[in-house]
Amino acid sequence: MKKIKLPHGIPDYNLGEIVREVPNSEPPALPVNKKLKVIGKRIKRIDALAKVTGSAVFTADVQLPGMLYGKILRADVPHARIKSIDISAAEEHPGVFAVHIFEKRYEGANPKKNSPESGYPDVIYAGQPVVGVAAVSTDIAEDAINLIKVEYEPLDFVVDLDRARKPGAPLVYQTDVDQEASSGGEDIEEGLKSRGNVRGPTTRSFYGGPRGDLEKGFKEADVVIERTYRTQVQTHCPLETHGVVVDYNRGHVTIYASTQSTKGTRNDFAKTFNLSKSKVRVISEFIGGGFGAKHSLGSFGVMAGFLSKKSGRPVKLMLDRKEEHISAGNRPNSVQFMKLGAKKDGTLTALKQLSYGTAGIGLGAGVGNIAQAMYECPNFKTEQYDVFTNAGPGAAFRAPGNVQGAFALEQLIDELAVKLDTDPLQLRDKIDKSMIRKVQRERAVQLLNWKKPKKAGSDPGPVKKGIGVAQAHWPRFVNLDSTVEIRVLRDGAVEVRSAVQDIGTGTKTVLAQVVAEELGLKAEDITVLIGDTLFPIGPPSGGSVVTGSITPPARNAAHDIKTQLIELAAGELNTDTDNILTENGWFFSKTDNSKKISFHDLAGKLRVEQITATASRSDDYGGFMVGTVGFEELGAVQFAEVSVDTETGFVKVDKVVAVHSCGRPLNIGQIESQINGGVIMGIAYALYEDRVIDENTGQQVNPNLDQYKMPFTFEVPEIQIELIEEYGARSSTDATGIGEPANIATAAAVANAVYNAIGVRMTELPITPSRILAALNKAKKENNE
Amino acid sequence: MKNKKPKKEKSGSISRRGFLKGAGIAAAGTVIIGSGVAVLESRKSVQNKDFEPKTINISMKVNGSIRQLNIEPRTTLADALRNELHLTGTKVGCNRGACSACTVWINGIPTLSCMTLAIEVGDREVTTIEGLAKNDRLHPLQEAFMDHDATQCGFCTPGMIMTAAHLLEHNPSPTEKEIKVALSGNFCRCGTHPKVIAATLDAAKKM
Ligand code: FES
Ligand code: FES
Repeated sequence: MKKIKLPHGIPDYNLGEIVREVPNSEPPALPVNKKLKVIGKRIKRIDALAKVTGSAVFTADVQLPGMLYGKILRADVPHARIKSIDISAAEEHPGVFAVHIFEKRYEGANPKKNSPESGYPDVIYAGQPVVGVAAVSTDIAEDAINLIKVEYEPLDFVVDLDRARKPGAPLVYQTDVDQEASSGGEDIEEGLKSRGNVRGPTTRSFYGGPRGDLEKGFKEADVVIERTYRTQVQTHCPLETHGVVVDYNRGHVTIYASTQSTKGTRNDFAKTFNLSKSKVRVISEFIGGGFGAKHSLGSFGVMAGFLSKKSGRPVKLMLDRKEEHISAGNRPNSVQFMKLGAKKDGTLTALKQLSYGTAGIGLGAGVGNIAQAMYECPNFKTEQYDVFTNAGPGAAFRAPGNVQGAFALEQLIDELAVKLDTDPLQLRDKIDKSMIRKVQRERAVQLLNWKKPKKAGSDPGPVKKGIGVAQAHWPRFVNLDSTVEIRVLRDGAVEVRSAVQDIGTGTKTVLAQVVAEELGLKAEDITVLIGDTLFPIGPPSGGSVVTGSITPPARNAAHDIKTQLIELAAGELNTDTDNILTENGWFFSKTDNSKKISFHDLAGKLRVEQITATASRSDDYGGFMVGTVGFEELGAVQFAEVSVDTETGFVKVDKVVAVHSCGRPLNIGQIESQINGGVIMGIAYALYEDRVIDENTGQQVNPNLDQYKMPFTFEVPEIQIELIEEYGARSSTDATGIGEPANIATAAAVANAVYNAIGVRMTELPITPSRILAALNKAKKENNE
Repeated sequence: MKNKKPKKEKSGSISRRGFLKGAGIAAAGTVIIGSGVAVLESRKSVQNKDFEPKTINISMKVNGSIRQLNIEPRTTLADALRNELHLTGTKVGCNRGACSACTVWINGIPTLSCMTLAIEVGDREVTTIEGLAKNDRLHPLQEAFMDHDATQCGFCTPGMIMTAAHLLEHNPSPTEKEIKVALSGNFCRCGTHPKVIAATLDAAKKM
């Protein structure tokens, strides 16, 4: 072990240094961004050229010789026993090479026992895959699908959260179930029992279980607020749908996948088809978005596997937009019963949360750890239940649980501020122990020239303006399956190799930056080869783990390479290794500037054609901080300004101010882009998106982009971003992700702004014009009484 | 002009595209659009076991060169470009006119290639994202997209660029509002809109 001194704190606030004991293999401390050349700058994405010229090859674009196109016949009933399946006409259809019937379900929760008599799995949601076809074109595969006859014996079904909770509701599963959590960051507790369709409760997270004594806490309170909040089901809608090309051939399997986890996809496939992991290769060079839904192989991937195995040909199977909506994941809805107690001075005395949500046939409808972790409150209890319905399985979705949880918690805190007639920022100063959010609030006060918001609903005239604030909390996760190999070739080429994928967040570019900084090169000098399981293992793109997990080993491996090159340079320049400096692609003698050799020329002197160094993610400097709240988390504060037309109920978001931090920022442009994306998705969640299932048929009525309401250019407001550099001395790069924190607070900030505009609290998402008008009418009636 | 507001698909009826494709089969190569009844009939013929996909030969001018295609009449322009000509820069996001990811130019006019049959193109010229750069010189908009980080996953990017580039051809100094109008049908789940608008303003300045 050795001791190094690292930057610690926030520039222009409390920046200092801290000594940490680290393994000898760790590189020297990286100075603050101001002193660096490539890190922390606006560096162009290294794959931008491929994206703007159309040469980027996504999974949807992959074409292999002899490739077939797969298509899935999905059940059009929400709950049924399959009596018979006739595929004979499809098999004979010209152009069809393989037909496969699913003998079991490859999605949702796993019942402890389930043995239907027909030999086929029961259908438990409308959209469940039943049969797959591989043919020479998608059109012909579709024709063949139309020739398949499935006889269903319909069963009673339930799609509504409240109805499914009632005693006597049709059961989705007959027994207790379990489900492995994906790598997307959703919390699924094992071994819980079900009563009817209701499973749980979960009462703890990694921040611990209940604390204190609720009853005592509410007794001590001067103010008690009780409210029920409801959030809707949101679908991920990545523009590139889920899909794979599977080539099950030649003793090994190659899979091109639009995935957030090459590792997860490979492991799923190996397990399902009983193959060694080393017989399965997964490649994902460009991925058209994921947002949490693309962590596993998926039932479609299993189907493509069977079809390729049967036909002996590569099979491409991309979901169409409707399949994407009904079967490929969603953010579960929630109903959250909240009760908060506080003293007159704002001190929280008790917080109780009871929630139900449905991830359809899957698990993962918890509302996160935000109520537990964000504010100091000695007496706290949560009970979170999963409710099964006959609907497509949920999936991790950008800050799973915490987006739903923030909508309730942050409105509750806002309501408390109004009740106590205090500034919502000052209230948070009192109850929020997070140092980073304190600085963020201070920065926002200056930036916005912040004053206590005007009295709610006090604007004259029909169009009323309002401002609202809300905060985000997300734990700083690290994934240890993060390994990077770096190669230098004799022509001076530098390669970075890892199985980690870039789903549009900019992983390729930050890897290039970190390695370039270490080697004294430019980002564009680095070739980044990622998204392939032939390379060393990489973390999944979920939970905002990638940047904090993969960039430290990248720097460590680059440092190892640099050490090898310095040794070579010292020999070439006839000096000591201590006397060598690297800068701008040159190796210098510190004492004699004229003695120098370029990176390129030095590489030419390598003893072998290629040198290589590999590093894996070390433990955090100072040890992992599991379950601590405050400085260590990825906090954020966001503000929304809205206009509400009280005659039409129409809400327009005029502006969002987002104050964020992600440790040491690596690429400013990319961070801004992610924050923009999180904010826009949050606005969509607040005002537009809503998966609607018809209770009479069990079918989603809006399964395409023209029906499922989304923001386009006119719905996107001005977004002002303030990024705060924050050094925590946690790793050799000290960087973290930003994807999830950017999405957590927005909907709550919009809801608080709407309250400030109209003086009526909107407790249900999405905040549609009809809900606004209904709420205004209700308030008017109550006032008249 | 570009078809921004497609007809909605009512369940149980025939979608516009399904209609076009069905008509394509019925009319085998001609562009006569039949009645709904004819379409249903053609659907039946698909169900007939004797049915064999009939392909036809057409030629199409794409990005300056004449290309030969052997396709089923029901093949959309998007599928023809992507699967037959391997021009996969054109993306399909919704396959029914709701996202504009598939925007190409036909005779310089932005068109949704998922809502167009390949056989409809006739002797008009198709330009795709691959054909936007001239003599290896990027279009200023492509440069601006890179400079402003206007791509995230990049799946909507070709459609965004083809739409915005057309705007700049006809309106060299558009206002922010005009850019928003032009791009109002382009869906982006990653949230690149603010940077796409900034990039378009910047490209206009440089053109
Ligand atoms: S508009 Fe053509 S793919 Fe969406
Ligand atoms: S960049 Fe991903 S959809 Fe627009």
